[in-house]
Amino acid sequence: MDPLRRSPSPCSSRPSSPKTPPCEMLGYVGIEAVLDQLKIKAMKMGFEFNIMVVGQSGLGKSTMVNTLFKSKVWKRTLPGLGMSTPQTLQLKSVTHVIEEKGVKLKLTVTDTPGFGDQINNDKCWDPILGYINEQYERYLQEEILITRQRHIPDTRVHCCVYFVPPTGHCLRPLDIEFLQRLCRTVNVVPVIARADSLTLEEREAFRRRIQQNLRTHCIEVYPQKSLDEDINDRILNSKIRDRIPFAVVGADQEHLVNGKCVLGRKTKWGIVEVENMAHCEFALLRDLLIRSHLQDLKDITHNVHYENYRVCRLNESHVLPRGPGWVNLAPTPPGPPATPRPSKACRRAHDNSENDEDY
Amino acid sequence: MNEELRNLSLSGHVGFDSLPDQLVNKSTSQGFCFNILCVGETGIGKSTLMDTLFNTKFESDPATHNEPGVRLKARSYELQESNVRLKLTIVDTVGFGDQINKDDSYKPIVEYIDAQFEAYLQEELKIKRSLFNYHDTRIHACLYFIAPTGHSLKSLDLVTMKKLDSKVNIIPIIAKADTIAKNELHKFKSKIMSELVSNGVQIYQFPTDEETVAEINATMSVHLPFAVVGSTEEVKIGNKMAKARQYPWGVVQVENENHCDFVKLREMLIRVNMEDLREQTHTRHYELYRRCKLEEMGFKDTDPDSKPFSLQETYEAKRNEFLGELQKKEEEMRQMFVMRVKEKEAELKEAEKELHEKFDLLKRTHQEEKKKVEDKKKELEEEVNNFQKKKAAAQLLQSQAQQSGAQQTKKDKDKKNSPWLCTE
Repeated sequence: MDPLRRSPSPCSSRPSSPKTPPCEMLGYVGIEAVLDQLKIKAMKMGFEFNIMVVGQSGLGKSTMVNTLFKSKVWKRTLPGLGMSTPQTLQLKSVTHVIEEKGVKLKLTVTDTPGFGDQINNDKCWDPILGYINEQYERYLQEEILITRQRHIPDTRVHCCVYFVPPTGHCLRPLDIEFLQRLCRTVNVVPVIARADSLTLEEREAFRRRIQQNLRTHCIEVYPQKSLDEDINDRILNSKIRDRIPFAVVGADQEHLVNGKCVLGRKTKWGIVEVENMAHCEFALLRDLLIRSHLQDLKDITHNVHYENYRVCRLNESHVLPRGPGWVNLAPTPPGPPATPRPSKACRRAHDNSENDEDY
Repeated sequence: MNEELRNLSLSGHVGFDSLPDQLVNKSTSQGFCFNILCVGETGIGKSTLMDTLFNTKFESDPATHNEPGVRLKARSYELQESNVRLKLTIVDTVGFGDQINKDDSYKPIVEYIDAQFEAYLQEELKIKRSLFNYHDTRIHACLYFIAPTGHSLKSLDLVTMKKLDSKVNIIPIIAKADTIAKNELHKFKSKIMSELVSNGVQIYQFPTDEETVAEINATMSVHLPFAVVGSTEEVKIGNKMAKARQYPWGVVQVENENHCDFVKLREMLIRVNMEDLREQTHTRHYELYRRCKLEEMGFKDTDPDSKPFSLQETYEAKRNEFLGELQKKEEEMRQMFVMRVKEKEAELKEAEKELHEKFDLLKRTHQEEKKKVEDKKKELEEEVNNFQKKKAAAQLLQSQAQQSGAQQTKKDKDKKNSPWLCTE
């Protein structure tokens, strides 16, 4: 699978057209009203966001989602009590529409119960990768229709939050394997789950070791360094990259602290406040995912990951070099075609698609 | 995977209300594209109106009336207002309405619009594409300048607008409206609108589905087509300078809504509906073009199962056809090349043969000459020999003669001595 690649930066610099001389306007024209028009249209259409949480059971994924979106997205799952751990990894999706100050957000959360829970966890990432690619495929099929919908429903996973268990040592082989594969397909944000079991110094050391691990294995998590557009982005994102993975604590119960009602976990030795920066970095995660980089997550998914998928998909039976404008779509593998293949090129392509299993 | 769509209530401030701002920030950093096509006769005031609309002086020379046909001239400009960068492209129809035979006047316009759609489609169909920083050249709005005759639309106008209405958002405007009196204007406008309706011309409808803009759009639609006056010159009115046209009988103020509809046009075109124009172009006109083009190329959207196959097969067939054609062309070229080579070879051989013949001829001539010379030489030698012989013989004779002469004289002497000897 090709490494992350991005076409030249979309912003700022004078684009491809050769003659665009800057013109001085002598008075107010009203062009900036287009921003308001854009906002109105966007709010009318609503926004979509698809997030996936991956991690072993008991790390607090569901609680974290509830805390992030301040609502009961998932009902509390209690282990035991007649609910057996699933034998294979099954993905569960739930979609909600939440609204805040006139902004409608269609939120889809995909959970992965059973991840890493088996004795033999080999290829446990396959169903997840399959799900992600299936969403890309769905979008691609909609996009190549002749009569397209006005607004193609976007079910592609925009962000995958990976919960690292708080061992305090370093990333486990399962984590590394998973992260390596997933970072090429989707935006991954790793977090240290249940960080209230680590002291601040332990957290820092753990974080540094994880960062070291990520560097050693060339895993590029979100925000990707190679996709920084300009110097401002780089400065902003470097600060974020320095703190990744965030040490988070999730809680959906409120307690009284100093007269204020805060979300937190009550223990015998104190109350861990979720939104207190001194206690944990949940606020950073929330700001990153929702308040500042949500649109960026969607853009990168659309412009980079989806395009990469599309290129690979369209290149599947593409053997001979072709000029631009030629699109050769093979039927979704492994379906055998109904009609016999006439030319030699297609037979060779079939061999290629059988060999190409590494998405 | 079960999906239930239910509305959740939030128990606190999450923060995604900043989403529209995030979206707008992204768009701002990328900049906006806006492309206007101005269709109208030469001298009707297209360039002046553009200058007035955007409050600037775009560099341009006025066109002559001698153009042999209609051609489109596109020019791009970068405008910046606060933090919004606009890449404005103005496309002019040069020579529209100047020809004697105007049958084909609309064709270059339609071709240009289609070409922009085609370019976008090609980019979209590429395998490795970059749509997010593609310089969009598709026409977002077409301002159709109607001549202020005061009667009705010209047939050229009707034909052209009919051809364009399914490809672009048409906004008809009455140009040079300061030549029409107010009461005539009202009749003219209603005549135009009724003609457009009766001929089935679909002009751009200002959107009335959102509460924020529905009201203003509805009130403005009543005034279509906008009667505009353009001017970049400023005249002192009261104590302010305003854009106006000065006549001996008065001053026509461009931004005075009683004088003309320029302000309405600016509101509609730029301040209220620019984004909607762009969206309509992309979701309606472009999709229509794309659908027609793909169907033309032979794709069918019958049912989801056969779709990938038919695309695949059609593309395979097309590709084979294309390759076959290429091969045929290659063969043809090769054959022609071989033929040429043969011809040249034959020519060269001919030349060589000629040369050989010449050489032979010369050789033969040379030999003949040589022989002649030899013959002559022999003859000469013979003559010389003969001469020598003769000479020798003559000498001998002479010497004999001398001897015999001496004898003879002796004999003669003897004879003389014997008078009665008769000698021979």
